[in-house]
Amino acid sequence: MSQRQVLQVFEQYQKARTQFVQMVAELATRPQNIETLQNAGVMSLLRPLLLDVVPTIQQTAALALGRLANYNDDLAEAVVKGDILPQLVYSLAEQNRFYKKAAAFVLRAVGKHSPQLAQAIVDCGALDTLVICLEDFDPGVKEAAAWALGYIARHNAELSQAVVDAGAVPLLVLCIQEPEIALKRIAASALSDISKHSPELAQTVVDAGAIAHLAQMILNPDAKLKRQVLSALSQVAKHSVDLAEMVVEAEIFPVVLTCLKDKDEYVKKNASTLIREIAKHTPELSQLIVNAGGVAAVIDCLGSCKGNIRLPGIMMLGYVAAHSENLAMAVIISKGVPQLSVCLSEEPEDHIKAAAAWALGQIGRHTPEHARAVAVTNTLPVLLSLYMSAESSEDLQVKSKKAIKNILQKCTYLPALEPFLYDAPPNILKHVVGQFSKVLPHDSKARRLFVTSGGLKKVQEIKAEPGSLLQEYINSINNCYPEEIVRYYSPGYSDTLLQRVDSYQPLIN
Amino acid sequence: MATLARLQARWATVRQQFYFRNNVVDAFRKKEYNAAVKIQSWFRGCRVRAYIRFLHRVAIIIQKCWRGYLGRQHYQLIVKIAYYTMKMNLYNEMAVRIQRRWRGYKIRKYCFNYFYLKEYLRAVSETNDAIREALEEFAEMKEREERKASLEREEKKRDYQARKMHYLVSTKQIPGIYNSPFRQEPDPWELRLQKAKPLTHRRFELRRPSSSCLSNWLACSSARSFPRSEFLPPINGRQCQGPFRDIADVLEQRYKPLEPTLRVAEPMDELKEAREELKRREWIKNIHDNMFLPFSSYHKNKKYIPSMHTSSKYDPSSYECPHFRDEKPEKWISSKNFQTVLPPIDLFSNYGKLYSKAGQIL
Repeated sequence: MSQRQVLQVFEQYQKARTQFVQMVAELATRPQNIETLQNAGVMSLLRPLLLDVVPTIQQTAALALGRLANYNDDLAEAVVKGDILPQLVYSLAEQNRFYKKAAAFVLRAVGKHSPQLAQAIVDCGALDTLVICLEDFDPGVKEAAAWALGYIARHNAELSQAVVDAGAVPLLVLCIQEPEIALKRIAASALSDISKHSPELAQTVVDAGAIAHLAQMILNPDAKLKRQVLSALSQVAKHSVDLAEMVVEAEIFPVVLTCLKDKDEYVKKNASTLIREIAKHTPELSQLIVNAGGVAAVIDCLGSCKGNIRLPGIMMLGYVAAHSENLAMAVIISKGVPQLSVCLSEEPEDHIKAAAAWALGQIGRHTPEHARAVAVTNTLPVLLSLYMSAESSEDLQVKSKKAIKNILQKCTYLPALEPFLYDAPPNILKHVVGQFSKVLPHDSKARRLFVTSGGLKKVQEIKAEPGSLLQEYINSINNCYPEEIVRYYSPGYSDTLLQRVDSYQPLIN
Repeated sequence: MATLARLQARWATVRQQFYFRNNVVDAFRKKEYNAAVKIQSWFRGCRVRAYIRFLHRVAIIIQKCWRGYLGRQHYQLIVKIAYYTMKMNLYNEMAVRIQRRWRGYKIRKYCFNYFYLKEYLRAVSETNDAIREALEEFAEMKEREERKASLEREEKKRDYQARKMHYLVSTKQIPGIYNSPFRQEPDPWELRLQKAKPLTHRRFELRRPSSSCLSNWLACSSARSFPRSEFLPPINGRQCQGPFRDIADVLEQRYKPLEPTLRVAEPMDELKEAREELKRREWIKNIHDNMFLPFSSYHKNKKYIPSMHTSSKYDPSSYECPHFRDEKPEKWISSKNFQTVLPPIDLFSNYGKLYSKAGQIL
């Protein structure tokens, strides 16, 4: 046998390997193939190919593994169980940039499924090599490493802490400053994932000087980058007053409002989340937002979007209004109440309705002026129907009840209260009658109107237990009117009159 | 004596009489005694009662005075207290009045200032309007930009289309499909086709030889910085048939960085650049750009520009002469000059003496 024939065998083998990994990588892109691949034992076949002598085969094998692991957590677990990770981590430090990219992709795909899998990656010592990859020259490698780190950090505080301890944060901050948009995006998302768990982690991100760079990128034209930047800022700001103040001090304020007008829905959502996270801490921060016109911008944004994107905006209005009556007034004059009532009636989902109900309650609970502003938009019947409806969730019922109660206790706008006399359940009726009993003694016009609109009749029909609060309120309403009128409107008055007719002895001279 | 005799004579009768009488009296003695006692007791009683009455009267007078005194004292106390409470009540009422006014004023001024609140709310609504307007404008601007970009993209696409379809342009002999002879005017596409440059066949662009610059290699900007073949290199090291070189040699040659000859590598205007380089280096060593001239009179006419940060007046003459060049012969320990160890520098030792007018620069 000649030398040529011997070598031909090798050549064929090499070609076959290449073709195999390429085909597997290709097949792994389609979800419907994955199960077949798995059943065919693709894992155990790919593993030796990771150690192949030809770099192209190694890279393609890593790519195929990554795609498989990306698909579901069973396959990811198979990667972990197959002892592939140490091999990857080892070669991550050694090989060229293409391989690094592919290996980081595998780590990312494995780590994204569950905290246990991410922990397995950390246990392999992958963090240090990933951090070294962040220092690579190639932006693609950096991107892949930052992505993997972000996916590891997003699960819980311990994993995040591990990522921070590996020294990733300063390098991620450097990555934000790179010119490549994709790298910036991934690094911002990784920072967001790290800082979302605890104030300490957020503080380390702040200490690395991330905020200034993030704040500069708010005006970037790339929508996806904006999403990540806003999310990172909101994750930093959400923990404490100090961190929120740090974010505000980066002068994000008039700038971030432009994001509320963005085309991209998620940019809007993240921008309103950021504003919400800042507003929720203190009245001063809320005031700052109000002074910057943030409330108006958020309200406009509420009008221009639908569904879940509205939620942070609605909550932001609630938080601002909850802090003080002046801020609630600012929300009212920014035309926030009509927008919220639109949200309350339009949105199909219960949790958004609940948030809107809560926000309305926060606005209306301060003074009669506030309550009136809420009541004139005709929200109270909507709230009541939500409370009474059997379809609404428990949370929505509780929230709308609280809102109704808060508003009613301050409301002196009787036209809005009157319908409640007819269709409110007793526990709410109590507050309505209470409000009437407070207002009527001092307002003669209202007294007259109360009689003519049939309110008094309705009040007489209420059956209250003697000695209860409701009875007291009814009595004090009755005391505002002459006795004949009260008797006239009492139920069964006609019967007593007829009885008197029966028992009357005519005077016969 | 007679009397005595008479008495003695009468003695028996007297005694009898005495007895008789005493006897008679004895019958009434008890009664009389009792009556006497009664009378005496009544009298004594009267007397004592009168005395007691008297004492009572006196005591009443004393008590009256004393009680009156005490009462008056007590009354005065009550009056004082009443007056005091009345006064305090008044004061408290007044204080409440003052505090009420002050607190109301303060709260209304600083805490719940209605006008301030109104002003604030007005300002907020103004800001809101401004922000709304600005955002609207911003969104509009964005949209305009977007529209412009999309238009440009469309235009580019159409241009490309025109270039691709350039063969449909009408010639002198044959009208193209966009230039129907039955119509008055040709289709706009015809004009576009006329303007467009026909698409040429794609040529394989020549790769620029990779420069051997280090920074270029580090940035990985060149695809060839790592040897990376599309096809796997053949694993057999067998020589091809024919007068070919070894495969490794060929690959090395293929991916070898450019090594131009010295004449090609060096720039044409090397001499000029070298001169400029030299100049630049010299310039780096200078402390400042002004030429150093040691003549004292050169700087005389120059106006000194004081530093912005000092307030003191700066005068060069007061700096030089009195402090450093001052001579105080009375403090000299000997009149002889010190021996110099190093040879003196002529310029400094003869300062101010040697130079004539000829040396000065005017």
